[in-house]
Amino acid sequence: MTHILYLAAGFILLTVAAGLVRVLYGPGEVDRMMAVQLLGTGGIAALLLAASASGVAGVEDAALGLALLAAFASIAFVNSASSDSDPDGARDG
Amino acid sequence: MTFYRALDLSLALLVVGIAAWTVLSRDLFGAVVGYVAYGLLLAIVWVRLLAPDVALTEAAIGGGATGVLIIAAGSRLRSMQTSEPGDTANGIQKALAAALSALVAIALAAVMLLLPEPAPTLAPQAAGGLEAAGLGNPVTATLMVYRGFDTMLEKAVLVLAVVGVWSIGPDRFWGGAPAPLGRTRPKRALVFLAQMIAPLGVLIGLHIFWVSADEPGGAFQGGAILAAMWIIVMIARLADPPRVGSRALRLALVSGPAVFVIVALLGPFLGGSFLSYPPGFVKPVILFVEAFMLLSIAAAIPLLIAGPPLRSPRP
Amino acid sequence: MTLALDIFSLLAIAAGAFFFLAGTVALLRFPDSLSRLHALTKADNLGLGLVVLGLLPRADGPLAAMKLVILWGLVQLSSGAVAQMIGAALRRREAAR
Repeated sequence: MTHILYLAAGFILLTVAAGLVRVLYGPGEVDRMMAVQLLGTGGIAALLLAASASGVAGVEDAALGLALLAAFASIAFVNSASSDSDPDGARDG
Repeated sequence: MTFYRALDLSLALLVVGIAAWTVLSRDLFGAVVGYVAYGLLLAIVWVRLLAPDVALTEAAIGGGATGVLIIAAGSRLRSMQTSEPGDTANGIQKALAAALSALVAIALAAVMLLLPEPAPTLAPQAAGGLEAAGLGNPVTATLMVYRGFDTMLEKAVLVLAVVGVWSIGPDRFWGGAPAPLGRTRPKRALVFLAQMIAPLGVLIGLHIFWVSADEPGGAFQGGAILAAMWIIVMIARLADPPRVGSRALRLALVSGPAVFVIVALLGPFLGGSFLSYPPGFVKPVILFVEAFMLLSIAAAIPLLIAGPPLRSPRP
Repeated sequence: MTLALDIFSLLAIAAGAFFFLAGTVALLRFPDSLSRLHALTKADNLGLGLVVLGLLPRADGPLAAMKLVILWGLVQLSSGAVAQMIGAALRRREAAR
């Protein structure tokens, strides 16, 4: 069972990493950001699978922290990407 | 080649690939996004190497804080529009930088590959001292007991960095507040998210700090998470960057290194030498010092990202 | 009983992995940013949700299981709100053209 969990973790990780190609091509800043967000979520899933498979303490806490920090990075990046064109936020609510 | 070897190899190649993209990318945003992805992948590598404490720190600092810092700096530079032609490095400088980086990489690889078998390590001694220290987490023991002096100095360096960032602002604004981090009318979804995630994040950050004596975690990781929550709150305009002259802020900032130094100076009276802990009380004293370190880090990182004061001290 | 739970875990995790694959393919192949965003949020939520569901039987105790569910809730919350923000940023980019 643990081998299957590791297999799943590796598969998910490599899959979302393939999405990083969007960072190369993505026509806009937003597309690049989306690829990194997918990487973050996939990374969390892979960490949870690895935590369950290996029984190493603390990997779930690392996944929890990663969830918070990925959200933080996404918020800050969208804030930066959008504030360049609309600093006062007057165009939406 | 077994499955695990193949996985490790692809992970390593991925890290190198995204690092190459980050270096070669032409625009700042793309490079920083690549850098954040690099940090996330490295965090996973650290977990693969069975180092969850380092993984958390990498995700916090490499994936979050420094990425946001560079992006914020980039936005400020763009709005100032002061870069002139000829500011980017010329061919010779790039070649030199590439050569030096390659040299460092080759040296590291050589050292790793030429290590004797079994590799020399202090891990058994480090693990052996845990019982005397009353701790369960060897990383905490290394940071706070064996190398406490380094950790103390690191916290002082953080404070110095904040002072450095503050001193960039114009003189007439000294004591005032930095510019707000978010737009004047933030999106409602963002405000909702900040209101929901900040309390939960604070709880998680405190949890990661509190368990650090016996399980993976630490004051630095917890403090970075607390910092991230405060920054989210500021981006959502639920709070604004505090005035640089505020006494409470400055107290919070220096409390970490200050308490550490005080405990260190009390060492000769309580434990026998500078920076030694009273025997039998090691864990409570360490947690006490770490609590103030947590406060310092949670204050310092957002201040580094908020930047120099750009508002007048008097309204 | 454990065999049934193991099979359940396996199926849930396999389904989760499939959703991650689907999300990545969509991210790479869909024609424009908004549809890619749509795919991203589905993969985030369902992929991680199914993986968490599959790991619940393996958690040590109700507290650990709750931690997993809270983590998934956190990701749901943040990716939903960030998707809204990204959508607004995209709309602004369109309007600016």
